[in-house]
Parts: sequence; C-alpha cells; structure tokens
Amino acid sequence: MQIKVDLSVIGQTRWYEYAIRFLFGGLITALAGIIAKKFGPGIGGLFLAFPAIFPASATLIEKHEKQKKEREGLRGMQRGREAASVDAAGSAMGSVGLLAFALTVWQFAVRYGTWMVLMGATIAWLTVSMLIWQVRKRA
Amino acid sequence: MSQILIRFLIGGAVVSVFAILGDLLKPKSFAGLFGAAPSVALATLGLTVATEGAPYAATEARSMMAGAIAFTAYASCVSWIMMRYKLKVLWVTICSIPLWLGVAFGLWYVWLK
Repeated sequence: MQIKVDLSVIGQTRWYEYAIRFLFGGLITALAGIIAKKFGPGIGGLFLAFPAIFPASATLIEKHEKQKKEREGLRGMQRGREAASVDAAGSAMGSVGLLAFALTVWQFAVRYGTWMVLMGATIAWLTVSMLIWQVRKRA
Repeated sequence: MSQILIRFLIGGAVVSVFAILGDLLKPKSFAGLFGAAPSVALATLGLTVATEGAPYAATEARSMMAGAIAFTAYASCVSWIMMRYKLKVLWVTICSIPLWLGVAFGLWYVWLK
C-alpha cells in the first residue's frame, strides 16, 4: 500500500468544517494553559495529548466516505464507519509516537534550546509513528 | 487574557495544519497518524518555555506521557467499537472521552503525582 496525497479532498471540505477544527484546536490549547495555571503543570500537561479534534475529524471522514459511496449508488453508512475506524486505528499508532514526543521534551527541554528540542521531538513522533505503521502493515 | 488569545490562535492554526495534512494523505490508516500529531503540544510548549521556563515545560511534557498513553487507549477503543457495532461515529468518539480522562488521571495519580 503506497502513501499518496489526494488533493481532491480540499474541495470536499466545507469552510465551517475547517473552522470547527480551528475552534476546537484553539480552545483546547487555551484550556491546557488555563488548567496548568490553575492546577499546575502536572495536570495541565495531561491535556497536551487530549484528543481535541478527534470527534470532529472522525465525523468528517465518515461523512466524506458516505457521500462518496452514495454518489456511486451504494449505501455508505457502513463504509463511512469503517473508514473512521481505520483512521482511529492509525491514530492509536500515532499516539505511541506522541509518547516519544513527550519523552523527548521531558528529557531534553532543560538542557537544550526550545526549538531544537521541539524539532527533535516532532521528528521522534513521526519516526516512531511511521515505524509502527510500517510494522503493522507488514504483519 | 492576551496570552490566552495567542494560545487560542496558535493552537487553532497548528491543529488545523496537521488536520489538513491528515485529510490529504492516503491510505486512511496512515492519515490517522496525524490525528495523534503533537499539535497542541507544539502550540503550547514554545510559549510555556518563554513565559514559565524550561523546567515547567519539562514537567508538562512528563505528564503528557500519561495523556499519550490515554490517547492510545481511547483511539484503540473507538476503532474497535466502530468496527464492531453500528453506532454513530460522533457519539462513539464523544462518549469515549471519559475513558481518556480516566486513564490519563489514573496514570497521573499512580505514576506521576
């Protein structure tokens, strides 16, 4: 299975679907800061891995897959749910990478420059996530 | 107040960029990796280091590990339920949020507190 970029999706997504994800993303980022201020960084840090836009994204995937199948004259409900399920399984793999990201920042934030640490942590997230995805694909 | 607004705008922008990347990529299992992108952390940690210092950000990152494990439990559970039962995706994803909260706070309490 090859990794592909499908630009046609841009046209299928409505402006308010982008806006909803911007809103949820912005809200949880602001909320994480407020919680950290009020309850300390120990509690606030938990919310850095909160599935903020997961419900909105999964619903969007279901909707797009359903519409695609219905255009072909098929019932798309089941296909939509399956596509959202496969996407969620991918997110579960990506969340192991998220653990690698957090571990990297925790270990190196005090010793090295902020942007270098964040860049290194992002590379750790992507590497671990892709590695798990590759292993899972071959299994 | 202005810092909250800055967090909101940066957070919204970073989360949106990763979400669009996830939309564009195929197959769906690979695109799903971007559903667990460190978008909120990237938007937050740079600002946190600048305002509160690196040790504060390191403590947040330490707790984020518990949040990430909770994310694994949440996403795996959502995927399993949607594959097995004929339920609305929106309801499954929202009703499973307490699972994330339970695992994240449970791990923090027994492991990090």
